[in-house]
Amino acid sequence: MSAHSTAIGVSSKRGVWGGGNEPLKASYGKLMMWFFLLSDIFTFAAFLISYLAIRVSYPAYEGPLDSFVGSNEYWPIPELVFEAVPFLHGVHAPLVFVGIMTFILIASSVTMVLAVEAGHRNDRADVVKWMLWTLLGGITFLSCQAWEWSHFIHGTDAGSVLTYVNGLGQSVTETVFGANLMVNEYGPAAFAQLFFFITGFHGFHVTVGVFLLFLCFYQAAVGVYDKRGHYEMVEKIGLYWHFVDLVWVFVFTLFYLI
Amino acid sequence: MEIQDTKSTLQVEPRNEEKIKKIWKTAGILLAITVAEFIMAFTMDRGILLYALFIILTIWKAKYIMMEFMHLGDEVKPLFYSIIVPLIFLVWLVIALIKEGSDIFLMRW
Repeated sequence: MSAHSTAIGVSSKRGVWGGGNEPLKASYGKLMMWFFLLSDIFTFAAFLISYLAIRVSYPAYEGPLDSFVGSNEYWPIPELVFEAVPFLHGVHAPLVFVGIMTFILIASSVTMVLAVEAGHRNDRADVVKWMLWTLLGGITFLSCQAWEWSHFIHGTDAGSVLTYVNGLGQSVTETVFGANLMVNEYGPAAFAQLFFFITGFHGFHVTVGVFLLFLCFYQAAVGVYDKRGHYEMVEKIGLYWHFVDLVWVFVFTLFYLI
Repeated sequence: MEIQDTKSTLQVEPRNEEKIKKIWKTAGILLAITVAEFIMAFTMDRGILLYALFIILTIWKAKYIMMEFMHLGDEVKPLFYSIIVPLIFLVWLVIALIKEGSDIFLMRW
């Protein structure tokens, strides 16, 4: 390569290497957020598709719905497992609570997109208002999930009589209450394991999201973004928060409906 | 000491009612699809048809979230495709692992 052509290359490329470019017409931060989300989609997809594979490798429950009992011989029917609602002990309310959780998360996604819209207009008051609603939605969802987990772990009043191999390698037959990673009253061990891993990994994302939402809310409220001259951070955190909602849509279908 | 003026020099623009209306409309669609899924879960028989409908409705919801809420539809085409095209790999993963799972089922039971 001659010095001459290099010189031409440098002079004509100076703009490109000088920084401040926006390939794909998106800023660096937004682009990186998109590619991070793409990698996260693959992680969640691996979890959820493993769920499908393990689910079809077990027999389905065949009998009538009202005589369903939990057993590690077949996969449980989700609407008969997730049927409890806080403060209504013993009331059979299939999928009601998880429906409320889904509604809360979708609602917080809506308030988030309204905050992003306000950010485009540099409207600090609106951004702060909608970020606060989103934050509330995120915290409410996490609280609901904490209750859901607690109920899943402690189990029902009746429990289920199961024969399983315990941690000492002995086959035991006893009434099992609730769930842990070894045995659960609802179905095969893999059912509770997948529940803990998938909703847990999602819940971890929501927790991170709530911290980011708080950061964004705080920075908007004290005027950091006004000084910075743009509200792009609201948009980036918004992308992450919508992603959390997106994953929940799939978790909801695969775990609670199918 | 001089008090710093934290008032913004940014121009606050008026609300774009049309945009906001579109956001609420999308929210309504997402809610309606979820309600439909609920009704189907309790009225239809469990089977391939119901599961297929659930998955189609879920992907439909995902489309609304990505296009309207995450504004992926408003990005330039190369960015749009660099996010969407890699997801095609997942189609194969779904087919492969469901096949694998049903083969394990046949071996076990």
